[in-house]
Amino acid sequence: MHGFANPKRFLALASWLTPLLLVSGLLLTAIALVWGLFYVPPDRLMGETVRILFIHVPAAWLGMGGWTAIAISSLVFLVWKHPLAGLAARAAAVPGLVFTAICLVTGSIWGRPTWGTWWVWDGRLTSMLVLLFLYFGYIALSQAVAREGGSSRIPAIFGLVGAINIPIINRSVVWWNSLHQPPSITMGNSSIDTEFLVPLAVSVIGFSLLFGGVVLARMRALLAEIQTEARLRRKADGGA
Amino acid sequence: MTAALKAKHQRLILVVIALFVIIGAGLLAAYGLRNEANYFYLPGQMAANPPEVGQPVRLGGMVQEGSLSMLDDGLTVSFVVTDKEQATVDVRYSGILPDLFVEGSGVVADGRIAPDGVFVADQLLAKHDENYVPRELQGMDQHSADQTLETLETGA
Repeated sequence: MHGFANPKRFLALASWLTPLLLVSGLLLTAIALVWGLFYVPPDRLMGETVRILFIHVPAAWLGMGGWTAIAISSLVFLVWKHPLAGLAARAAAVPGLVFTAICLVTGSIWGRPTWGTWWVWDGRLTSMLVLLFLYFGYIALSQAVAREGGSSRIPAIFGLVGAINIPIINRSVVWWNSLHQPPSITMGNSSIDTEFLVPLAVSVIGFSLLFGGVVLARMRALLAEIQTEARLRRKADGGA
Repeated sequence: MTAALKAKHQRLILVVIALFVIIGAGLLAAYGLRNEANYFYLPGQMAANPPEVGQPVRLGGMVQEGSLSMLDDGLTVSFVVTDKEQATVDVRYSGILPDLFVEGSGVVADGRIAPDGVFVADQLLAKHDENYVPRELQGMDQHSADQTLETLETGA
């Protein structure tokens, strides 16, 4: 693990891994979406609206996965003080926010024809909305710290504390009566027919690869930004 | 080097303790909310804790097979909402039914208990179950109906 804390080694790895993840992610996502939107049969009750599954479910998982990544990176940053871990947490926040927003929007569009309402304040929907606001808070906080200076431990602690919402989202449909359906996919068990499940799996893998690629690309950008700033500062100091 | 290791371990222990406290607090809060954060009451919960007449309340459950009927005015439907424990609530509703509203599937109704003991709904929401089945496999209906009943048990 210490090997990857070295920015040089990280950059050498990221320079070929980033395009690989992005291209394969785009390819798999495209396959899954064409498959899911045009070739999958309509659902027994929902009809054509079932197709939103192939965007909604991966987006929801990655929205939660993004915060899990923030929490783990924050833990590594707080305990081992790896600077790259702090960058990884910052880099995961925006894609996590985007996927959470996609999940909420697609879910709302699906809810109108299926449930008969755009939005309800049940446990699942509310906790997912809280996750969206947590992302906004985290991004504002980490950017303020990066810009104004201040301890990077503050966003890291926020990232760890916010992680408590993740198991709540996951369990919300089990603990409480909710309008949102209970989990269809649990450990080694699925109540989704294979015809839907296979393209869904492809979609989840594709979205995840994309997510990884975006995080790596953003980490490289953040590193470059830090290097530029350091160089400019050195130049300014030398000129003075 | 040993001092650095020590500081690192100290931080690890501190963070782990903090995490335990936070998770404990979160779980405690969720446990405290388990009866308050329900989006709706099941018929069994409503029977055990009857709401006052006229008090707004949300009822959720499964539309009993064979219970759906149109009243004489041609606008009002009446049906029975049931749960896994076979508790039932009679419901009356005037308005447009959601597309997914069928016998044997889940429903969430906003409304209140009328003086005659019938639940009068102002709004009906269809509750989709966690089963995704193509139209070609409609034979699974009874099986998935059983599963819907099973899932309604959660939180009860």
